[in-house]
This record gives sequence, structure tokens and C-alpha cells, in this order.
Amino acid sequence: MSSISAQAEMVAVRRGLPWWRLLARDRLASCATVWLVFLLVCMLFGPEFLGKAATDINLRARNLPPGSTEQGWVMVLGSDALGRSMLARLVVASRNTVAVAFTSVVLALIIGGVLGLIAGYVGRGVGSLIMRLSDVVQSFPSLLLAVVVLYVLEPRVANLIIVLAVTRIPSYLRVARAEVLEIRERGFVDAARAMGGSRTHILWRHLVPLVAPTLLTIMTVDFAIVMLSESGLSFLGIGIQPPEITWGLMVAQGRNYLSQAWWLAFFPGLMIMATTLSANLLSNWVRLVTDPVQRWRLEAPKTDA
Amino acid sequence: MIPYLTRRAVHSAVALLGLLIAVFFLARMTGDPTDLFLPLDASLEERVEFSRKHGYDRPATEQFVRFVGDVMEGNLGFSLRKQRPAIDLVLEAYPTTLKLAGVTLLIGISLAVFVGALAAYRPGGLFDRMGSTSALIGASAPDFWVAITAILFFSVSLHWLPTSGTGGILFWIMPVTVLALRPFGLLVQVMRGAMLDALASAYVKTARAKGVGEGTVIFVHALRNACLAVVTVAGDLAVGLINGAVIVETVFGWPGVGKLMIDAVVQRDFAVVQAAIMVTAAAIFLMNVLIDLLYVALDPRIRHQ
Repeated sequence: MSSISAQAEMVAVRRGLPWWRLLARDRLASCATVWLVFLLVCMLFGPEFLGKAATDINLRARNLPPGSTEQGWVMVLGSDALGRSMLARLVVASRNTVAVAFTSVVLALIIGGVLGLIAGYVGRGVGSLIMRLSDVVQSFPSLLLAVVVLYVLEPRVANLIIVLAVTRIPSYLRVARAEVLEIRERGFVDAARAMGGSRTHILWRHLVPLVAPTLLTIMTVDFAIVMLSESGLSFLGIGIQPPEITWGLMVAQGRNYLSQAWWLAFFPGLMIMATTLSANLLSNWVRLVTDPVQRWRLEAPKTDA
Repeated sequence: MIPYLTRRAVHSAVALLGLLIAVFFLARMTGDPTDLFLPLDASLEERVEFSRKHGYDRPATEQFVRFVGDVMEGNLGFSLRKQRPAIDLVLEAYPTTLKLAGVTLLIGISLAVFVGALAAYRPGGLFDRMGSTSALIGASAPDFWVAITAILFFSVSLHWLPTSGTGGILFWIMPVTVLALRPFGLLVQVMRGAMLDALASAYVKTARAKGVGEGTVIFVHALRNACLAVVTVAGDLAVGLINGAVIVETVFGWPGVGKLMIDAVVQRDFAVVQAAIMVTAAAIFLMNVLIDLLYVALDPRIRHQ
């Protein structure tokens, strides 16, 4: 009897839960979303309130350990060697860190997606040229490539974004091309062609809408990867340059005070970790939701078995 | 099979050549070496003499032709900082990196195959959730931060492990663990997916129907096929490992090729950067060919194409 009612419930659920209810059912994915939304709010509004605290030098509050509030609540996560608030600096750095990673990923998505569509749809000559170029980028360690390019071009924010985008283009390119190669053989594309649809019409109306969701899914994973690369480059001293700060750069700066003030290197790294982990968790969830074979795992009612 | 291998080898060779050209011209753009190597008050005659002696006064295209000629003869330039042939410096540094990478890959791959295969055996079970979560953390952790936190904890606080340098087995523990994190994280996910597919396949059902023991089904039938997935990502894995090695070698002070290259970039030592990149690219080229051979050996479907 109970199994019948469970089945009935499953059928009811199958009819489709809205995505936010599916999200609420997955505890890890909801935590990840909450963190990312919190970060977004910090990033958008935080610097307006804490920008001054992040640059104010207060020599009486040098290297305060976390938990000290006698110099005001902004020192709750401690302060650095110049007495600047850790909390405020973390918030200010979040804007740079997230903005650089996000812009790079969007740039890689657009360029990689367009090149992939061309390589898949236009075919042989141009297509194989594009693929060979992407081989060059992909077959070489991205960090070494970025190190060389950034040293040549000066480590400015714009150059950093370009380099990070270039190293990520191949993944979008390959996926877009593979999808196009498969989709363009399908009946509806033939039909559109038979009805006299132009190449651009077919690309925009029939291919892009099918390829875009896949690329957007990769974007979440890539956001984590690019954030790690940017942090690594800033850590090595060839990413974002002081006085601008990112979390990676803060870890590098805190490294010099490791034995006196561990929190200077620890907290920024923890922020990176929490954000990349959230992005990865969320992308796993999106992959499950968009996969018709796996989706039932999320929709099935929770049993205590 | 032979056309397949030839095509793959040609693709890799084109990538190698493209990279060579890119790196040469990028390196020339870093700035005028005469300004960097001569004292500020060097006379014009000294500057001209220096440029002429090292061939910097010729057009870039001519320098490139000469450079390619030199490469054919095995001459990869002269390190102006260290006053030694660049190739010697690179070849001295390589064994350190290869040893580090080899040990890391060995430990990382065997652990990941084990965890991934067991996780796939009972999807959603306790081991699966633990394994998948640890894999996700491994793939999301910023390696430089983990390295610094580990130094803080195991060296500065507990005095168990040395902070940096090379030597006995104690010096290996932290670098290998940090370097293995990301490959482990990625591989467990790949392995779990491949094993899930393998366990759901028709040949596993057939084996079970024949009454083959469960151990044999898992280790002989499923695992062997799932391991192909590891070979597929081995190339990306090795490339990613070099990225990690740059960070790990810098943090732990290992005299490997990653540290050599970062130092050379900072000191603007053209020849060393070029030599390091070319040896790395050549190594990756060789590895790709080897992976293709291995793939052909493991997968009969490709052999009979």
C-alpha cells in the first residue's frame, strides 16, 4: 500500500517541480547557492560601506588576531601589519576576484562558442585551422602560457582577463563544435534548409538555442577553474598588482607573516575555497537537473532507507 | 591504425611548431635586453656592441630563422644571467620536476581509481558520498593556499615536517600531497562516471548471467574498461600537473623546471624561458604520441579502424 502511494507521489512529482524546489531538496547545492548569493551581495554593496576601512591604516591595531572587537567590529576577523581590517579587505577583494573570473569566463564563452559554431558548421578548411589553433593552446600548461604572456604584456587587469579567457576558449570551442556536428545532421535542420533557410538563420534559430545550455553549464565549472588560475597568478606576483587586491594576492602578502599572523593568509584562501567549491557543487547539481536520465534522483521522494 | 596514429602525430607536431613561433615572438616583445643587462650608464658603443654580439640588432624574422637553425643543431641559446647554455639549466631542473610529477601521478592515479571504482559500486552510498565530496574538495582547493596552510600547521606549529627544500622522504610528503589534490579530485569524478557506465553495460550483465563471481565482474570486466577513461584524460592530467608543479615548486623551494621558469621570467632571461617551454612542449608531444599508442593497445576498436 505504501509503495503504491509512494509511486503515486513520484508520478505527481515527475510532472515537474519548479527548479527552486528541486534546489531546496539538495542540501549541499542550497548551501552553495546561499554562499554565492551572499558573495554577490558583498561584492555589489560591500565596498561602498567597507572601502574606507579596507585602506585606513591604524598602527594601534596592527596584527590583531581574529575575534578582537576592542578596535571596532570591523576587526572581528583580525587585521594586517598596517592595522587594516581583514574583513573589509576580504570584501573589497571579492569584487576584483569575482569580476576578473566572471569577465574571463563570459569572454571565453562568447569567443569559444562562436568559433565552435563556425568550426562545426562551416566545415573543413576554416574548421580544421580553428581546431589546430585550439590544440596549440590546449596542449600547453595554461599557467606557463599565462606567465609568459603576462610578463610580456604587463600584468594589467585587461591583459589578465584576456589571458585567462584564451586558456579557457578550447573547452567551449570543442563542446560547441561537437554539438553542432551532431545537431546539424538532424531532421529539423534539413527541413529548415529545404525551406530555404539561410546559413545565419539556421545557425541562430536552430543551432544556437540547442548549444547554449550546454555551454552555460560548463561556465559554472569554468568559473571555479578561472578563479583558481587568477588566484595562482596573483599569488605568483604576476596577476593583479598592488594596491589593487584579490584573494590570491592577499594569500601571497600574508605568506610573509605566516608565523606571526596566520589569519592573513588563511582567510583569503578559505574564501577562494568556499567559492570554487560552491561553483563546483552548483554545476554538479545543474548537470543532474538537465540530464533526463539522472533527474529522477533529485525528484524522487526522500526515503529513509 | 597507422593513418590514425600519423594523423594524431601530425596534429601534435603542428601544435608544437605553432607554440614555438608564438613563444619566440612573445619573448622578443618583453623589452630590449640591452637595457636589462648593461648598467644604466653604459655608453652607446657598448650597447651597439652588445646588440651586435647577441644578434639583437637584426630584424625579428631573421633572428627567428637563425633561432630555428640553432634549434636544429640542438643549441637553444645562452642564459645571460647564469652565463651557461640554457638547455643545460633546463635539463638539470627537469629530473626534479619529473620525479615529483611521477610520484604524484602514481599515488594520485592508484588512489583515484580505487576510490572512484568503489564509489560507483554503490552510487549514493556512504562511501560514494564521502569519496565524491573529497574529490570535489580536492578539485576546488587552491593549491598554493593548501601548501601554505600545511606549512603553517605541520612545520611552523607542529615542527613535524620541513618547510621547504629537498632531501629525505619527509621533504616529499607535503609537495606530493598538495600536487596530487587536483588530479585526484578530477580523476575520481572521471573514474566514477566510467565505472557507473561499465557496471550498467551489457557485458557486465552477461558476465553476471553466466555466474561469474562478483570480484571478477568488478575487477576484470568493469574496471579494465573503465580504466580507458583514465588514459583518455591522462594528457590533460599531465599538463595540469605541470601547472601545479610551478606553484608547488615555488612554495616549497624545489629546484625544478617550474621554479626555473618563474625565476627566468622575472629576470627576463629569454633563452631559459624559451628552452624551458620547448623542452616542455616536446615532452608533451612525446607523451601525446605515447598515450595514443597506449590507447590503441588497450582498445581493440581503434586497432581495427
